[in-house]
Amino acid sequence: MQQLPDASGHFGQFGGRYVPETLMPALLELEEAYVTLKDNPDFQTEFQSYLREYVGRPNPLYYAERLTQTLGGAKIYLKREDLNHTGAHKINSAIGQILLARWMGKKRIIAETGAGQHGVATATVAAKFDMECEVYMGEEDIERQALNVFRMQLMGTKVVPVNSGSRTLKDAINACFRDWVTNVRTTYLLLGSVVGAHPYPMIVRDFQAIIGQEAKAQILEQEGKLPDCVVACVGGGSNSLGMFYPFYHDESVRLIGVEAAGESIRSGRHAAPLTAGSVGVFHGAKCYLLQEDDGQITPAHSISAGLDYPGVGPEHSYYRETGRAEYYPITDKEAVEGFQLLSETEGIIPALESAHAIAYLRELAPQLGKDKVIAVCLSGRGDKDVYTIAKELGITL
Amino acid sequence: MNRIDKKFQELRRENTRAFMPYLCAGDPTPQLTTKLLLTLEEAGADLIELGVPFSDPIADGPTIQRASERALKHRTSLHQILDLVRELRQLTDIPIALMSYYNPIFRMGEGAFCEAARDAGVDGVIVPDLPVEEAQPLLEVAPMYNLATIFLVAPTSPPERMKNIAASSTGFIYCVSLTGVTGVRNTLSDEVAPMIAELRKHTDKPISVGFGVSTPEQAKQVAEVADGVIVGSAIINVVEEHINDEAKLLTAVKQFASELAAGVKA
Repeated sequence: MQQLPDASGHFGQFGGRYVPETLMPALLELEEAYVTLKDNPDFQTEFQSYLREYVGRPNPLYYAERLTQTLGGAKIYLKREDLNHTGAHKINSAIGQILLARWMGKKRIIAETGAGQHGVATATVAAKFDMECEVYMGEEDIERQALNVFRMQLMGTKVVPVNSGSRTLKDAINACFRDWVTNVRTTYLLLGSVVGAHPYPMIVRDFQAIIGQEAKAQILEQEGKLPDCVVACVGGGSNSLGMFYPFYHDESVRLIGVEAAGESIRSGRHAAPLTAGSVGVFHGAKCYLLQEDDGQITPAHSISAGLDYPGVGPEHSYYRETGRAEYYPITDKEAVEGFQLLSETEGIIPALESAHAIAYLRELAPQLGKDKVIAVCLSGRGDKDVYTIAKELGITL
Repeated sequence: MNRIDKKFQELRRENTRAFMPYLCAGDPTPQLTTKLLLTLEEAGADLIELGVPFSDPIADGPTIQRASERALKHRTSLHQILDLVRELRQLTDIPIALMSYYNPIFRMGEGAFCEAARDAGVDGVIVPDLPVEEAQPLLEVAPMYNLATIFLVAPTSPPERMKNIAASSTGFIYCVSLTGVTGVRNTLSDEVAPMIAELRKHTDKPISVGFGVSTPEQAKQVAEVADGVIVGSAIINVVEEHINDEAKLLTAVKQFASELAAGVKA
């Protein structure tokens, strides 16, 4: 069976390690440590035990009956990552990576964050494992995600504002790389998505694959068959890849990623590289990205800070190129409608990121018809987004 | 023969070291880049490292980040920079190495880039986010256009990597003096001398040191162990200081660069 990524860290033409030489030995060391650890039964036992006792896994695969009825088509199941400790899927990989960091003898953790969910997850595990932690966050994101900034600070993490470039996730990642280049000997870079140089896209995917593994077992138990479609939102692409990867070889299952179309694809103000981007090299990997003709990176735009990223993971780029997965855009406005739809029909307030996936169901579920089954990754809960939504709806809180 | 090789041969014969200032093309304006480059040559530069500004320069500290942002305000593209070099070639024969992040080159295509660079009069290329493992497409075409491929060695590179990097490099090897990004430092990293000693075991190609070299005194220290001394941020700081007064800017840069050159040649 084909290995993804291959021995040099590529997914077809995508991926690789496009980083300054200073970081190359660290990436090789990380890969070696990870390859050794991942098949170590003690490590797996410890990882699984934290997922169970600390994160609260397995979380339910929940039949969303009213949402299904409202949309009048395929049966919709929600993979409830929003019920994890810290309220999103990011904790899965944060636990795995901090165990890896501890095993490698690193004492200091750095991370980037957009919506703040990965920052919170990292701050959480850093507190639990008693490590020094700094999280880089764009100033624009600090403004729109004040709640998560304070949560990180409560847990003893230093949130470092990033005021360069577009002051969002991409610039936070730049700042992270610069810190890591400087402190590479003592510091573990705890990346939050399936992006960056090899081995990060592989490590984060493997730790997030628990989402799809559980969902697969749960749907087989509840429906007695595989789902027809698996749906998830895609920014960098960690919740979607965690959901997709265990279904990769199940060819009957359509894998559908939902990207942020921002104001609209035509406006150019969006975050949909798989829909409207081109191939380039960004943040250490070859992938689809938003760029100018001369190779400068175009800032992304999305109402959702967690999707506001001009690149996307190399494995998603490969899935798109090979046709294994399909990707569709959802605008800011549609995402807000998705947010309201799930809140009103199921009493579940989704993260704005996940609301993109929900919004796409309005098209997909009726199209598929009632005998079909969809499993959607509800990647996080929406408490952090209520101010943004209120503003969008013209309501003062 | 490539201008870079020729220059290092000349300097070796004279038993002296290369002073290699860095400029960010388009900073503060494309017109001034030409004047600055000629000024640096007058001040004693042996080779110019011409930076291609990039939106996301992960290997650069705040000084070169700001320079890149200023240059990108003029939408300075790789194509324009090649045009600029072509025009400069009417005025100077100084070796020029382009320092560009990989995406602008990848976007143009390695073959098209190397051909255009050669035609413009570029002598070498330095790509700070392209380790040798990913460089095959560039290594396949660059020699066809007589373009030097200059790779970076870092303090974290073990001997085995140094060997591979040295083998893939032509023109010279770029030794990163410290674990960190570009930018002015108060003292020279103490990792430089041991790193060069190790590197010399694997190669007799010229070795230049950059990142953090900030003063004539530091330039002198580096020149004691290396074949070339690269100074970037410290010069850009002078540019920034006089950004609204072109005459003063050029005078001040010339003064500082002359002091650096004197340090290198001391």
